[in-house]
Amino acid sequence: MELKTSYLAKHVRQLQPSGIRKFFDATAGMTDVISLGVGEPDFVTPWNVREAAILSLKDGFTSYTANAGLIELREEIANYIDENYCVSYDPESEITVTVGASEAIDIALRAILDPGDEVLVVEPCFVSYAPLVTLAGGVPVIVESSRDHDFKVRPEQLEDAVTDRTKAIMICSPNNPTGSMLSRDEMEQVCKVAKKHDLLILSDEIYAELVYDELYTSFAAIEGMQERTILVSGFSKDLAMTGWRLGFVCAPKEITEGMLKIHQYAIMCASTMAQHAAIEGLKNGRRDVTEMRKSYRQRRNYIVQSLNEMGLTCYKPEGAFYTFPSIESTGMDSETFATRLLHTERVVVVPGNAFGKSGEGHVRCSYATSMAQLQEAMKRIRHFMEEIN
Amino acid sequence: MIYVKLTATEIEIAEILEKDARLTNEDLAKMTDLSIDQITQIVKKLEETKVIVRYVSLVDWTKIDGHQGVTAMIDVKVTPKRDVGFNDVAERIYRHREVKSVYLMSGTYDLSVQVEGHSVNEVAHFVSQKLSTIEGVISTTTHFVLKKFKHDGTIYDSDDHDKRIVVSP
Ligand SMILES: Cc1ncc(COP(=O)(O)O)c(C=O)c1O
Repeated sequence: MELKTSYLAKHVRQLQPSGIRKFFDATAGMTDVISLGVGEPDFVTPWNVREAAILSLKDGFTSYTANAGLIELREEIANYIDENYCVSYDPESEITVTVGASEAIDIALRAILDPGDEVLVVEPCFVSYAPLVTLAGGVPVIVESSRDHDFKVRPEQLEDAVTDRTKAIMICSPNNPTGSMLSRDEMEQVCKVAKKHDLLILSDEIYAELVYDELYTSFAAIEGMQERTILVSGFSKDLAMTGWRLGFVCAPKEITEGMLKIHQYAIMCASTMAQHAAIEGLKNGRRDVTEMRKSYRQRRNYIVQSLNEMGLTCYKPEGAFYTFPSIESTGMDSETFATRLLHTERVVVVPGNAFGKSGEGHVRCSYATSMAQLQEAMKRIRHFMEEIN
Repeated sequence: MIYVKLTATEIEIAEILEKDARLTNEDLAKMTDLSIDQITQIVKKLEETKVIVRYVSLVDWTKIDGHQGVTAMIDVKVTPKRDVGFNDVAERIYRHREVKSVYLMSGTYDLSVQVEGHSVNEVAHFVSQKLSTIEGVISTTTHFVLKKFKHDGTIYDSDDHDKRIVVSP
């Protein structure tokens, strides 16, 4: 055993497994579990999108595509971003179709980081950010957004964390796990810091379509920012396509060329049938997205009010499909809370510390689950809260 | 026809209730960020204006032993009457208990009538004795339903079990 581990590279040995994985294992074999721990839509991919993939297989589109992805898909992505976020990207030289936003984040970091380069990672955040910075040879510098500021990072925090090794700011808004979204004004403050110190912004905009009461602004749409923004997005969340593993990244030509080299050697190209499906999704999937958004919004309102009533205070998230209630009133840490809730009430929530230290004192509850399940989950959590008090 | 003017929120409540009429006013209040009083008002308005006509359950009778029954869709050609057009004949048809729906159609026939009965014989009897004898009915073409796959937007026996893993990032 010892010998076999020694084959592993040191930096890989040091990498912590995701806290989410641990929790997944804990639920193994349990029945009658209601999960608010799922980070993906409860909808199945819209039928027309699935059918497009089936037809592409029937028509024999089973070979590789261009490294950067089907040009027709890149053109649709360019149209979509232009129409919805008023940013224009050249489909030939500034868009790369990837294996999920996950790969997009990875190749972006690998393309820009020299050993020892620092990346400001705003936490709590998606589990992959800091590990991917490390794997790319960089150093993640954690900047903690706090509940007192509705989980929105403040410019002076970024300013304080900048050194002469800082290369980029990594940010996700609307955010997983907090659901919090920066206002345009707050984004502009972040951009000022980026411009002042000549930093890139690695913007994970995968939840851009799931925003409930406001208009969405892309970082790339802010004056003078397109040239220093790497815009990562995908189809997993808005079109409910998580299992298809398809995303994309838009960036200035020179950065795209760098990312494409890595993508070309590591991946070759994203799945062909998924690309055909995504073309249909972009062309004719907006009605479905609108319906799903409406449904998430109702469930968000429902869960936020229900949790607040129980004393699990939570901020009303502007987007994504997560709430991040504080469990302070219970006096437990997030792992204890989640473990006890799982064992006594069979409800799964994810401990906040899985998303960074600043997530401690909170749990992530996904409301991407049916109203009936949410109602039952709220009943069980209410019971749990009564029992411990 | 008097059209009712509704706000976006009132329409949303109608949409939610159309999908699931069992949600309580308290649930509706939470889902839409309104007070229970406001919801009570809106639901009352929807009911009084007959925007919400009735609360129903979709029952799959084919599941119940001895209660499968038969459904027929009948195309009816009609001679319209002066002044009342099709309304008069339509009423004489829809008054019958066996008749589940009546629509005026464009195309090769005039009324689409849905009839339910215990047996083919019972429906046949209704068509020959009641429906075709109504004054103004010129002809009927009866189609029996063999299987219902989808009704009112709901797929019967769809595999809707959650295929997601229990915890994911
Ligand atoms: C913030 C964020 N970024 C990226 C991803 C990964 O998305 P994809 O399925 O496109 O790889 C997720 C998925 O949970 C996410 O929440």
